[in-house]
Amino acid sequence: MANTNGAPVLEATGLRKEFGDLVVVDDISFRLPLGRSLAIVGESGAGKTTIARMIVGLEPPTRGTIIACGHDRSRPARSTRDRRRRGREVQIVFQDPYTSLDPRQTAEGTIDEVLRLHHGWPASRRRARTAELADLVGLDTRQSRALPRSLSGGQRQRVAIARALAAEPAVLILDESVASLDVSIQAQVLNLLADIRDETHVSYVLISHDLAVVRQLTDETLVLHCGKVVERGPTARVLDDPQHPCTQRLRASAPRPGWKPRRQALPTAE
Amino acid sequence: MNDPGRIQPTACTLESTRTAAGAPLLEVAGLTVLLEVDGAKRAVLRDVSLTVQQGEAVGLVGESGSGKSMTARAIDRLLPRGAEVQGSIRFGGADVNALAGADLRRYRNQVAMIFQDPRAHTNPVRRVGDFMTEALRTNLGVPAAEARRRAVDMLSQVGIEDGDRRLRQYPHQMSGGMLQRIMIAAALLTEPRLLLADEPTTALDVTTQAEVMAILDGLRRDFGLAMLFITHDLELAAAICDRTVVMYAGQVVEVRASTLLHTDPLHPYTAALAAARPDIGQTAHRLRAIPGRPLSAFEAPPGECAFAPRCAHAGDICRTAVPALIELDGGISRCALARELRGKLQEAASG
Repeated sequence: MANTNGAPVLEATGLRKEFGDLVVVDDISFRLPLGRSLAIVGESGAGKTTIARMIVGLEPPTRGTIIACGHDRSRPARSTRDRRRRGREVQIVFQDPYTSLDPRQTAEGTIDEVLRLHHGWPASRRRARTAELADLVGLDTRQSRALPRSLSGGQRQRVAIARALAAEPAVLILDESVASLDVSIQAQVLNLLADIRDETHVSYVLISHDLAVVRQLTDETLVLHCGKVVERGPTARVLDDPQHPCTQRLRASAPRPGWKPRRQALPTAE
Repeated sequence: MNDPGRIQPTACTLESTRTAAGAPLLEVAGLTVLLEVDGAKRAVLRDVSLTVQQGEAVGLVGESGSGKSMTARAIDRLLPRGAEVQGSIRFGGADVNALAGADLRRYRNQVAMIFQDPRAHTNPVRRVGDFMTEALRTNLGVPAAEARRRAVDMLSQVGIEDGDRRLRQYPHQMSGGMLQRIMIAAALLTEPRLLLADEPTTALDVTTQAEVMAILDGLRRDFGLAMLFITHDLELAAAICDRTVVMYAGQVVEVRASTLLHTDPLHPYTAALAAARPDIGQTAHRLRAIPGRPLSAFEAPPGECAFAPRCAHAGDICRTAVPALIELDGGISRCALARELRGKLQEAASG
């Protein structure tokens, strides 16, 4: 991988997650260099979201280590200070913009709270930065002062992105973050994410089953099936010349001009 | 705001909405729907006209607020209470808005709806078998044992072989893809003539989507069913529908044969929508995003083209009147500049 200067910004080694007898993530390892972007793709139940939750600290891994910015985060944080530092290392934008915002907090209030917690700046500097972030994600003054209920899905997702960026994370996890957006808005948000990466050198971990979005935003791709990596490599190579049957199946399922859906073998067990 | 009195049915007079085969199975003409929101009447559909022929698959594509789901609801008589409906909906020659009681129930057996979220449209405390056979037993008077036999048979057609066991299960015991297959089987049980499929695969992942679409497409052809397929995905609609209707801000803006939709679009919005999607085959330096956001029907500026504020081709003519539907090369476009832009939209979008 090119463009690295030393240690990766995020590194997972031998990651495993069990829920009772069920192994949902099995021996996953990857390295994400600064400013690069990684896609994790796979069908429902492949373990994509569980990996995201472990990286962000919402689930402790059963085994394995996660290191972000040189700090181990495989175990729960033991102090507020530790937890805040982790917040500055990794942030996440969830899939559903309708449930991931506080319904009683305006966009400005949401961003301001993060700035106060993580940077401890005075009010004037926070105000300036809030305006900057709102501008960066394309929220106008009215929208910045509105409660989530009077914003559309696309606008809410921009608020969620601005909130995540306010902590100035080194890694931003996008868990199907553009999946629920209208096509014309999705293109705006994808362009925005590319601009932000150019400006801030943030690294993205994109979790998605939309391979066109994966192609647009990422350099490397991991293909997951039943918790295991079945294929990995540069995104262009994985999508143009998929080797594993699971990757080929994902690729063949994407609608495109001239595409005809085909019946495939159904899973017999639930 | 929009003055509903100004909206005149137009497309019902267009010849291309009819074919030599005779009267269409479904004919929506000049459909305008107003809903009361906070005491004010708001238009959600404005002069929508479309036809579905016997056995034909028609895609209905649009973004949030375009009115595509509301059109399906109006057709299935599922509009919210207090909705004001103008224009006509005819199914097999009958006036749908005049149906009541037993006639309405009979109509709904012939027009089956498949919803986006199967979990929200099943009763979690009732077994799948009860739900699947309900319409057969109560509306068509089929004996319970016979209804179950038909249900098991239909389940095997959607690729579920252990139907007997599935009928005894509850919705929570199944995945979303499995449940959506059951919804399709349930919809087909009453032997409908038209399927209204409202984003039936949006909640599913991409491989399950391909399977469910293949099942839906295959069975539709086997049974000679007509389908109105509602989706936000232009590529998916184009792949499985004969014709595609594109909606924006509560209006139909384009009707086009699906095979021509990507290569020769007639409305700038259709071309822009196709161009905004990232390409699985290559990384674009920048995506051609459409500026602004999709408008709902009630937000559309009166007396001008609703898409004009976001349109790269808009001129003065677009801001002086709501464009009429014009016929062009077998398709229909609601763009005042459609003739001038013909053949240039695709280049402009991809160049």
